[in-house]
Amino acid sequence: MISYYEVQETNKMIQEANLDVRTITMGINLLDCADSDINKLNDKIYDKITKNASNLVSVGEDISKEFGVPIVNKRISVTPISLVGGKLDTSGFISIAKTLDKAAKEVGVNFIGGYSALVQKGSTKGDINLIRSIPEALTVTERVCSSVNVGTSKNGINMNAVKKMGEIIKEMAFMTKDQNSIACAKFVVFCNAVGDNPFMAGAFHGVGERDLVINVGVSGPGVVKRALENVRGADFETLCETVKKTAFKITRVGQLVAQEASKRLGIPFGIIDLSLAPTPAVGDSIAEIFNEMGIERAGAPGTTAALAILNDNVKKGGIMASSYVGGLSGAFIPVSEDHGMIEAAELGALTLEKLEAMTCVCSVGLDMIAIPGATSAETISGIIADEMAIGMINNKTTAVRIIPVIGKEVGDNVEFGGLLGYAPIMPVNKYGCEAFIKRGGRIPAPVHSFKN
Amino acid sequence: MKGIITVIGKDSVGIIAKVCTYLAEKNINILDISQTIISGYFNMMMIIDVSGNSGKFENTIEDLKKLGEEIGVDIRLQSEEIFNSMHRI
Repeated sequence: MISYYEVQETNKMIQEANLDVRTITMGINLLDCADSDINKLNDKIYDKITKNASNLVSVGEDISKEFGVPIVNKRISVTPISLVGGKLDTSGFISIAKTLDKAAKEVGVNFIGGYSALVQKGSTKGDINLIRSIPEALTVTERVCSSVNVGTSKNGINMNAVKKMGEIIKEMAFMTKDQNSIACAKFVVFCNAVGDNPFMAGAFHGVGERDLVINVGVSGPGVVKRALENVRGADFETLCETVKKTAFKITRVGQLVAQEASKRLGIPFGIIDLSLAPTPAVGDSIAEIFNEMGIERAGAPGTTAALAILNDNVKKGGIMASSYVGGLSGAFIPVSEDHGMIEAAELGALTLEKLEAMTCVCSVGLDMIAIPGATSAETISGIIADEMAIGMINNKTTAVRIIPVIGKEVGDNVEFGGLLGYAPIMPVNKYGCEAFIKRGGRIPAPVHSFKN
Repeated sequence: MKGIITVIGKDSVGIIAKVCTYLAEKNINILDISQTIISGYFNMMMIIDVSGNSGKFENTIEDLKKLGEEIGVDIRLQSEEIFNSMHRI
């Protein structure tokens, strides 16, 4: 029988250490909506989403109440829209973005992901039109999230697409300059994107997935930090064991919520994404875990090793707690959404280059980083190319969600609001890479991809 | 289905009586009670069987929360499953 101590431990995690389930994301296949008539296509998409996700939010709220654990977000991911609307022109794609936005509002989810294209080896006409439409689509909609996969370890990197990414990021920054270039916060560039990621802004419903699926993202950096407070000064073995045990407990809650949501919605359970994702709240920060491990400020020497330990042990503990683990399962470190990272960036302890190094060991990418609005499209493409190369060579997912905030310079701060938080503008290396980016073409697949 | 009730707050006369009266009215059986006072603070945990409950589980959660507000303590009811999941393999 459950003991008083165990009940107290769980409830303290929830009440004092911000334990929550970060998201229940419903994946919806839209390939069966394809139609040569744009109006029919939009109607089919709207109907399929609103019919299947009508109970998503209420079921999430019921489960949250019954178990007494917050479920922060209820979201939807759909098939990459470039595949659904292959023959459309840019205005046709924008009409789909508006339909997705309308459907998201109707069912009450705060984000819908999948306004996406997969162009790691080359672009179809549909991909090109969708990519061209992204800046406007993210400007005229509120809840639509977009992503483009520009590289994989198996295919190499599509550098034409990387060049284009820098250009559209600048374009959407300009188009939403009155709102601190917010459109860029809804757009992610990937290498090795996964089709079962429940986290935004990069979620989409992969082509190898079933018609409908429930994926769940767990979190709980506050719980890990609290557990580490009890082993201050202990050796690495103790440190790792503590993270593992805590991750196991956190993940079990995610697994329970996922199974319950799957049962109540009548939709199969896909995966649990084992990730530590922060929120701007104090006590819900990855940087605080580094501090607790003994790193004075995030970004100081030792940070990359600390992150490697953290993420590896979250996985070791979490894998046993769930029947299916998938998604990104890495540490998200969206700078603007983690107060400890923000402070470290303001102090100059944390730089873009250190964040890039951290992505080599496990972090998913350069996430929610505000840079000067005057940064050139080529430099942004260069930053993306570096990050994609790390993903390609290390067989891991990497991503870039970077915001050149128009009208802001290093020293300024920018407020994105809500869960997206606020961020100091971080300095970017002043030397250029224009000639490199302008070469065009593809970077061939790396030698270690030839495993057959 | 089993539920776990936790009551935490300043000690006063009749906390257990009020909670038990409510549960009896709803035909909810109490399987286990443990209670202690830690520096003037009342801490109680109850394991209950809600299979005979005349109302919905969510309503019972709300009712107990309101009862707690009336008495001046924090009362939570959660499904036992969250604790089993976290602490039992």
